[in-house]
Amino acid sequence: MTYRATARGESFRFDDLVAVMAAASPERSGDQLAGIAADSALQRVAARRVLMDLPLRTFLSETLVPYEADEVTRLIIDSHDAAAFAPVASMTVGEFRDWLLSPAADAAALAALAPGLVPEMVAAVSKLMRNQDLIRVARKAEVVTAFRNTIGTRGTLATRLQPNHPADDPRGIAVSVLDGLLQGAGDAVIGINPASDNIANCHALLVALDEMRQAFAIPTQGCVLTHVTNSLALLERGAPVDLIFQSVAGTQAANEGFGISLAILAEAHGAGLAAARGTVGQNCMYFETGQGAALSADAHHGVDQQTLEVRAYAVARAFKPLLVNTVVGFIGPEYLYDGKQIIRAGLEDHFCGKLMGLPMGVDVCYTNHVEADQDDMDNLATLLAQAGVSFVITVPGADDVMLGYQSLAFEDIGYLREVTGLRPAPEFARWLAEFGLAGQGTRALPDPAALARRMGLRP
Amino acid sequence: MSVPDFDLLRRLTPARVRLDAAARPMPLSALLSFQEDHAAARDAIHAALDMDGLAAALGPRPCLRVESLATDRTTYLRRPDLGRQLAPQAALPRLDCPLALVICDGLSAPAVMAQAPGVVAALSDRLPELAAQPVVLVRGGRVAIGDPIGAALGARMVLVLIGERPGLSVADSLGAYLTLNPRPGLRDSARNCVSNIHLRGGLSHEAAADRLAWLVREARRIGTTGVALKDESGKDALAGGRPADMPGIRPE
Repeated sequence: MTYRATARGESFRFDDLVAVMAAASPERSGDQLAGIAADSALQRVAARRVLMDLPLRTFLSETLVPYEADEVTRLIIDSHDAAAFAPVASMTVGEFRDWLLSPAADAAALAALAPGLVPEMVAAVSKLMRNQDLIRVARKAEVVTAFRNTIGTRGTLATRLQPNHPADDPRGIAVSVLDGLLQGAGDAVIGINPASDNIANCHALLVALDEMRQAFAIPTQGCVLTHVTNSLALLERGAPVDLIFQSVAGTQAANEGFGISLAILAEAHGAGLAAARGTVGQNCMYFETGQGAALSADAHHGVDQQTLEVRAYAVARAFKPLLVNTVVGFIGPEYLYDGKQIIRAGLEDHFCGKLMGLPMGVDVCYTNHVEADQDDMDNLATLLAQAGVSFVITVPGADDVMLGYQSLAFEDIGYLREVTGLRPAPEFARWLAEFGLAGQGTRALPDPAALARRMGLRP
Repeated sequence: MSVPDFDLLRRLTPARVRLDAAARPMPLSALLSFQEDHAAARDAIHAALDMDGLAAALGPRPCLRVESLATDRTTYLRRPDLGRQLAPQAALPRLDCPLALVICDGLSAPAVMAQAPGVVAALSDRLPELAAQPVVLVRGGRVAIGDPIGAALGARMVLVLIGERPGLSVADSLGAYLTLNPRPGLRDSARNCVSNIHLRGGLSHEAAADRLAWLVREARRIGTTGVALKDESGKDALAGGRPADMPGIRPE
């Protein structure tokens, strides 16, 4: 079906809904690379006019990636909750935008609606929203998950403590963990990207993390971010796997590129539930996503990268994760070129994740070959804290020496907590206070030497 | 444990740990060091390849110079597809050689200037077939540009030396990619990679040449490169960083 709209008297024609969605997206290098971006700013406005008048329910009958060819589409359509969708079923995408901004869309309404939304509806409405709209609506949503602590309650902002080391040296990793704990980071997860996916190596890292956690009775969870099949093998060996990690994408073919399927994820989720290592909850999965992942795997079906990103959230949602984050600035300038594109995409990803019902975090980050710097990251982090982001990623000195990119520093969480008044996860906040590590003014200046000794660290 | 002991703890990791029990904001000196490192990395990415200087550093060996379809840096960063294709005016002779050598600026021209001549010299000591063979110098190239170059030369195998994306601590690290039967359209899973070649704690030129020479001989023996060719040239499996074929979003 073709769609038409005009802008400044010029008539624009779009061959199908895929073309409308791509042209309506804010400018980004990945869609330009794929050859699907709007040719002009006027064409982009015309595409948004098409979306404004498009009935939301269109996305239930007109799939952007064919149902027969893609198990992610089948998951989306087959698990759609018509009763939850009912309150907005008669709206156009434009009316849905207005409703989201209205007082009627409060936390309870948004939570009840989430199972009734398919990713394409969420992506479509995000394309009609300015940055302030994305912040305003996301802030109203409340998504709470739990494992050894509670993530996402209103007024909290959690952090992943990312203590990577280029040679996976457990002592070097422990020094970074200590550095982060001293700054109050680590409630979302203490999560290591291993330099080597070797199973014995991952097992040793998991044991080291678990011993550290138990030595201090830290109410948090550990994770070694290796392939889901490795985590399954590690669980079978009895390794202390708290969270099972996997990168996920929005098409079956892109997920095949990651070496996964929905069946493998279901198996892993079952194994994590069976291990039952959570204390206050059993959300045991951790997913990462990022715009451009499907295009880089040549598995994008001509669909724009932001829509595909939201489809990845449908994959994540099926397995009730504790944590999901976009690695927004990591994928490279061919997908998000500069600070402006990264900031916009970070706000979109957070908004769309929250609307889909996910505990959405963001790796506020950049690589050296994108046009961005720490000022851009300050902007995005501050906006996301206002938007109610569930968690952010923090590394020593903003420099991940294993993955070779820059994220937030441990110190940045102190800044965010100070200017917003947001607190860590409640269980973790109590632990920090007991340890004398609570915020400025109440900090009891612990003896760091004693802490280091108890972590098994000797120079 | 006193403060000097904490200095020793910091040596256990190259990470920018501070171990500040008072949780103060980042001191200005640390901030400026970070900005200094970021500036150096940005300079390395945007530096132009000095082809004359590189040719001179390679000694008497003949050099063939070509360009990709992405010679300015902005296009190069935005369009990886253009960096994989040869400009139409590129003229390459038919050599029908067993192994072609290609040197590409990639994301760090300084890496190429600092490491490539040393790696080529060390490789020539180990692989006699490289003696007096021309080297192809590429401006604006991605790894896969070795495929059309190797095909045009009639090479049985192609080795691409390319500047890696600069990090904050090292801005002149070189990567090396080996591909058997090069031709356009190959996937990266058909290559073997030796990365992290630099002189600040990375692989030395000699060590990289050892590993590459082993891979070249092994590829000839088993008739393939890529995932089926496992690098067992040395025990130090971690020195090269993450393998290129690991599935996930994070690894590039």
